[in-house]
Amino acid sequence: MKELKDLYDIVIVGGGPAGLSAAYSAWQNGAKSVLVIERDRELGGILQQCIHNGFGLHHFKEELTGPGYAHRCIELVKDKSEIECLTDTMVLSVEKDKTVVAVSPDHGLIKVKGKTVILTMGCRERTRGAIRIPGERPAGVFTAGAAQRMVNMEGYIPGHKIVILGSGDIGLIMARRMSLEGCKVQAVLEICPFSNGLTRNIVQCLNDYNIPLYLSHTIVKIHGKDRVNGITVAKVDEKMRPIPGTEFDIDCDTVLLSVGLIPENELSRGLDLKMHPLTNGPVVDQHRQTSLPGFYAAGNVVHVHDLVDFVSEEAEIAGKFAALEAQGKLDGNTKFVTVTAEKGVRTCVPQCLNLPEAGEQVRLFMRVANPERKVKLVVKSGDNVILQRMLPVAKPSEMIAVDIPAAKTELIGSSLTVFLDKEA
Amino acid sequence: MDFIKEADVVVVGGGVVGCAILRELSKYDVKCVLLEKEPDVACGTTKANSAILHAGFDAPTGSNKAIMNVLGNRLYHQLEDELDLDIKWTGSLVVATNDEEVETLKELLERGKNNGVPDLAILNREEVLAKEPNLTTAVAALWAPTAGVCWPFEAALRFAQCAMQNGAEVIRNCRVTGFVKEDGKIIAVETNLGVIKTKCVVNAAGVYADEIAHLAGDDSFKIHPRKGEYILFDKTVCNDLVYGVVFPTPAKNSKGILVCTTTHGNTFIGPNANDMDDKEDTSVTAPGMDQIIASARKLIPNLPMGAAITEFAGLRAVSDNGDFVLGASCVEGLFNAAGMQSPGLTAAPAVAEEIAEAVAKYLPMNKKADFKAALPKQVHFTRLTDSEKADLIAKEPLFGRVICRCETVTEGEIVAAIKAPCGATTVDAVKRRTRAGMGRCQGGFCGPRVTQILARELGISVADVLKERKDSHLYYEKTDVKGGQE
Repeated sequence: MKELKDLYDIVIVGGGPAGLSAAYSAWQNGAKSVLVIERDRELGGILQQCIHNGFGLHHFKEELTGPGYAHRCIELVKDKSEIECLTDTMVLSVEKDKTVVAVSPDHGLIKVKGKTVILTMGCRERTRGAIRIPGERPAGVFTAGAAQRMVNMEGYIPGHKIVILGSGDIGLIMARRMSLEGCKVQAVLEICPFSNGLTRNIVQCLNDYNIPLYLSHTIVKIHGKDRVNGITVAKVDEKMRPIPGTEFDIDCDTVLLSVGLIPENELSRGLDLKMHPLTNGPVVDQHRQTSLPGFYAAGNVVHVHDLVDFVSEEAEIAGKFAALEAQGKLDGNTKFVTVTAEKGVRTCVPQCLNLPEAGEQVRLFMRVANPERKVKLVVKSGDNVILQRMLPVAKPSEMIAVDIPAAKTELIGSSLTVFLDKEA
Repeated sequence: MDFIKEADVVVVGGGVVGCAILRELSKYDVKCVLLEKEPDVACGTTKANSAILHAGFDAPTGSNKAIMNVLGNRLYHQLEDELDLDIKWTGSLVVATNDEEVETLKELLERGKNNGVPDLAILNREEVLAKEPNLTTAVAALWAPTAGVCWPFEAALRFAQCAMQNGAEVIRNCRVTGFVKEDGKIIAVETNLGVIKTKCVVNAAGVYADEIAHLAGDDSFKIHPRKGEYILFDKTVCNDLVYGVVFPTPAKNSKGILVCTTTHGNTFIGPNANDMDDKEDTSVTAPGMDQIIASARKLIPNLPMGAAITEFAGLRAVSDNGDFVLGASCVEGLFNAAGMQSPGLTAAPAVAEEIAEAVAKYLPMNKKADFKAALPKQVHFTRLTDSEKADLIAKEPLFGRVICRCETVTEGEIVAAIKAPCGATTVDAVKRRTRAGMGRCQGGFCGPRVTQILARELGISVADVLKERKDSHLYYEKTDVKGGQE
């Protein structure tokens, strides 16, 4: 059993790709003591159950599976005497003085303090209750991620005849996964008139397996007393209300839900961090510092990402600046800028900037509200157009990243807006 | 005739009423056995209701409901400590939003006084808002300080565990299929597991009480299921929506759709009231949810619907005449505790005393000198101080592994719930005992882990672990994998 220090340069809550990438980046930037606390029995987070490929093309410049990507992240932090990792350890609370309280069977109750803290708790799945699906409450209704863990890590399948509600990426991946396990995937249902998954997943997971995708459809009743034995489905109108008379039944024993992800921010709320109502994550600046000095956040806890590669990229930013702060090397920035998403852009991270006099390159991550074609993305400060870019296609499921060069950040006033110009 | 078991009293039905009766009977020098058809106690009406310990102003003066309610409420104040029950004595408000409703409040106040409810008062708008700032539409309210909220499943389980500690037996997965009579008198109970010899039977079978009575030859009453639907909210998001029990001014066939806190700090809205034919239909419906949302918004206009975490429905057991059916049946050796709709939960300990006295006269039976009233305290990890947590983990490391993140439930608590008397054998049974899976992720994270802990502790395959009822399998073996070989 490891002897823990009382004070670390950085304590990182969560040992998924964000936490590990932040730890490595902090180490690269001179942090002398980093503690990563992970609740699961091994590091790597949800990646460990994502055994499909398609990870790492941006970040590691090669195609990896989820466990492969996790392995790369773990390799980067292991054997570094400056980085300690605790697994099977749950953080119960984080105090404003940067004391982290956690428990584990091996260490008991742990209290450690960080000069800085990075929150990398990831996200969780929306449930049946959150979307109010009518009907019975039998066994056989799972979130797609919970089913994925059982299939890929524990070696059991959740059922044999599957319907997937929601065309988010986990749902699409699970459609293929269940097909490969010999299950019959009857349908994927999506309440929106467009898919919420990556295009490549529609092609590779549904089309290649002849799985029908019903857009603008939802479940109006789940049947079955003990175990699911069917569902009733209906088409929905433009306000997503079921249209009477369009109902039909689908025979199934399992319903998998892929109806959205929610950043896991109970610890952040305990700290009274300023939260953003649309990302459901803490408001952060370009260094991923939250509203509470010394607390950083990165990855899906800030906003749900489309690709883990961008999670790593964001976490490296947080790790770097947390390390610089812990070493007293962070200069006080002077120019505070609010960043607001408007007209067609649903969210933009960071939501604020703390710029130095000399300017600094800033990358903005955005998601659009609705699918668009041939629109102009505009970044504006007051009347100054800072940047604009034509987007041939923009989808809510895919993040848009734009870089504002350091020189241009000098033109930014006290606020920045990003929006879509559809007249273009 | 071969008997699998011999008893003096058989209680049919392991809801809160049956379990309370079993505990009361265990105070006497008789062998008592409770039969429950489901894999766990409290799987019917007890697990899906408003969880309110009513003050007792609602039922007509002199009715069984009124008498048992006021007495039961008093008994819970005593049982709270003995059985280590989670009860919050929040008080309740019946809210009037216009002058006509204020007149109804006055009727309720008068009736409550006649029923023997203490300390009732009508509050003006300012006094209501001081208690519940979100009740912006209130003009006045009836305040009943003796009302509270409990955790009905826990009450039933703790009643059963106390009875077991005093020699009573609980047999689950045991369905009554008939009765054996001799000279018109019940002498044995037929079940799916075999025949149990007994001197008498207490019928506490909830919505099925009329069918059990019919099997014994008593057709004196019918039970009609009346469904109520509920929506439950995340406790961290809206723990200050209401601080207690908030009723609207009552409707014809129910106390109306309320906004209410739970003993664990969630808020719920519901129930509506729909008469059903099917005694198993606990489905939630879109019109039902729309109805309760619309009604609850009359009390709390700014209801945070985005924070809903689950919806559920329960069936009230409503008798023909609307009152509890209590006491000796026309069939010798049968005692009914039926029609136990609201305030059945509150009334349960009082009903138990009433039934036990009737049984005592029939048998006869005598009180034991060595009845052990107090149960060992339960461990709620999250409520311990840091040093208590540290000590507990040092002694038992499983308390250091948090399985349910949302509710901070440890593996130690889950294993304890499985190993306890009347222990959990299903995932939902673990959830009801420990709250693992009751939080905002609704078991998305802990569900697979709880399943694996159950499989390990019960010595069964993960594929044999049930969610709740007998065919509610959660996971299956992979069809084409022959285990362990690469």
